[in-house]
Amino acid sequence: MAEQEKKPKKLMTPKRATKKFTAKATVTLFGILVISMFLMPLAYMSVTAFKTLHQITDINAHFFPKSPVSFEYEGKEYPLYQVPTEDGEVHEWALYRKGREDSDWLDPKNLEAGPIFWEGRWRVLDPVYEFNPTFDNFPAAWNQVNFQRLFRNTLVIAISSTIGTLLSSVAVAYGFARFKIPGINTIFMVLIATIILPTQVTLIPQYIFFRSIGWGGTWWPLIIPHFFANAYNVFLLRQYFRGIPKDLDEAAMIDGASPLRVLLSVIIPQSWPAITAVSMFHFFWAWNDFFTPLVYLQGREDLYPISVGLTQFNNIYSVQPGLAMAAAIMAVALPVVIFFSAQKVFMQGIVITGVDK
Amino acid sequence: MLEENLSEEETKMTTMSTVNAGGKQKRKKKRGTQQRRETRWGLAFLSPWILGFTIFTAIPMLASLFFSFTNYNPIHPDQMEWVGLFNYQRLLNDPQLTNAIKVTLRFAAISLPFSIILPLSAAVLVNSKHLLGKNIFRTLFYMPYMIPVVVGVMVWGGILNSESGWLNVALKWVLGVEGPNWLQDEKWVIPALTIMGFWGIGNTMLTMLAGLQNVPTELYEAAKVDGAGPVRSFFKITLPMISPVIFYNLTLALIGSFQYFTQAYIISNGRGDPNGATMFYNLYLYKTAFGFLDMGYGCTLAWAMFVVVLLLTIGLFATSNKWVYYAGGND
Repeated sequence: MAEQEKKPKKLMTPKRATKKFTAKATVTLFGILVISMFLMPLAYMSVTAFKTLHQITDINAHFFPKSPVSFEYEGKEYPLYQVPTEDGEVHEWALYRKGREDSDWLDPKNLEAGPIFWEGRWRVLDPVYEFNPTFDNFPAAWNQVNFQRLFRNTLVIAISSTIGTLLSSVAVAYGFARFKIPGINTIFMVLIATIILPTQVTLIPQYIFFRSIGWGGTWWPLIIPHFFANAYNVFLLRQYFRGIPKDLDEAAMIDGASPLRVLLSVIIPQSWPAITAVSMFHFFWAWNDFFTPLVYLQGREDLYPISVGLTQFNNIYSVQPGLAMAAAIMAVALPVVIFFSAQKVFMQGIVITGVDK
Repeated sequence: MLEENLSEEETKMTTMSTVNAGGKQKRKKKRGTQQRRETRWGLAFLSPWILGFTIFTAIPMLASLFFSFTNYNPIHPDQMEWVGLFNYQRLLNDPQLTNAIKVTLRFAAISLPFSIILPLSAAVLVNSKHLLGKNIFRTLFYMPYMIPVVVGVMVWGGILNSESGWLNVALKWVLGVEGPNWLQDEKWVIPALTIMGFWGIGNTMLTMLAGLQNVPTELYEAAKVDGAGPVRSFFKITLPMISPVIFYNLTLALIGSFQYFTQAYIISNGRGDPNGATMFYNLYLYKTAFGFLDMGYGCTLAWAMFVVVLLLTIGLFATSNKWVYYAGGND
């Protein structure tokens, strides 16, 4: 993705410069508009997580978590409203006596003035709101589903299966990239064909098999199969390995290095972008995988990862949106942080490995 | 296990190479041993996948074909009987299956166009030379792809809520129309799921972006000289040049719609609400095999799906030479 604008700089006429600027401004503004719409649900998630149920169901619901303000006077609470007066000013006054056509108000800034008489209907006035986020949703959600346990389970599953797929996929991809074996192209075609093979067609016998060796209700079916490489990762890594000049391997071979040595000290050190991409890809996949834990961990709630454990929040969603969104934020926090901290390598890796077909 | 294999192999290899070092003159023999040595090493590296393919793919596939002719139930495995084509006859007159196929096809028809057009448009946008901060845009478009589906469903569920949801609020505000009850209305739940799917465009967008970057710039320059505008060169150059990528993604999306599960499962806890409108093929398969434990019929459903997906893929491939353009035979 090297910047393609390395052409020698031409002197631009003011007219051309303006045109270029307009084009850039238009496209970028359009992009910002599109991306804000695209990510709008995240904004919804973030503001809702800090709202109480009352703030969500409030008729004058605000974008940000806000609450109506009241003023305490002589041990009683009086709600604040925005009251316009004849001089054109708008005052924030507390409603002291409610009346249909007129009412009495207190000015919190000037209590000595006593109740102020005001003519007009207080019901049509806007209440005064202040920014008032609640943080209670987070501990509540955390405790309600035992988030700590969900986190631990998800991490164990995701990390061990990522290690498994890395070890095996790197080895297999190296085998496909560098060795002339009779019939290797056919084997590779079979590998690629498994990408479009629906997992359902192997699901039930696998389930029966894992149950019969006592792995039902354990993490093993979620982890062990990943130690046997997977087509997608092998494909990406092989593409990358093939792009590494063969001279380096050969030089190492002449120095007496074994193929394993070559893999460890020539191929792997040059393939970090691809390896990072593949491991992050798999990590996110494992973090999000829903189907496998649903099938194998049925009835073992203590072993649930976040993906399955969180579904109960969807059920209480209609009653407690704030709680559900707090849970959502906690569930995405770690993947998002990892993603952004490694995004450069990650995106590069995908683009590089994806580019040459 | 893998490590063990390799180290064992390695010791064998080193002893062999010391033997080889002695007889340098016997070139022919050496080439033979070298080829054998390469094959052995290669197979050693491939062995995890070959083993895994056998255990987790090949044998289960055949086993699943076998079970599809039985009434296997995991609670009474000893009562398993060979029922011949009974399960396959059931396929033909199972009203629930007919519904599941209808739901799946409806979803495919509605969501497939979006699953190509949106990522392509996003890719064109983030590839534009006028866009400032391209990498930020790419990252942000990709980001929701790695948000857990459960979270996606929960968040979009809030957005699509019929009363407080922002989408309906926006519809009322901008267009003045009353939005539907997205997730509870039989007619609207599939479009709602399609909208939820927008968040998953990241990966497809990146493959399309890679395709766009592979189009030789000379083509655009030549078109410009010939007086073609940007729209024309998009349809006459870009689209044909990236048609292999589009084809690849279309195939994957089609297969994906038959395997569609998680979102449908979460929005109604696997019940297929409202009124069976989200009882997708794969959800029905899951319910049959793991809800009713009717695993024999479950295997039949799985094989039927496999055959359908295979036929669709072959069909797509057959039409591909009419519209997919491969620049110079690439491998």
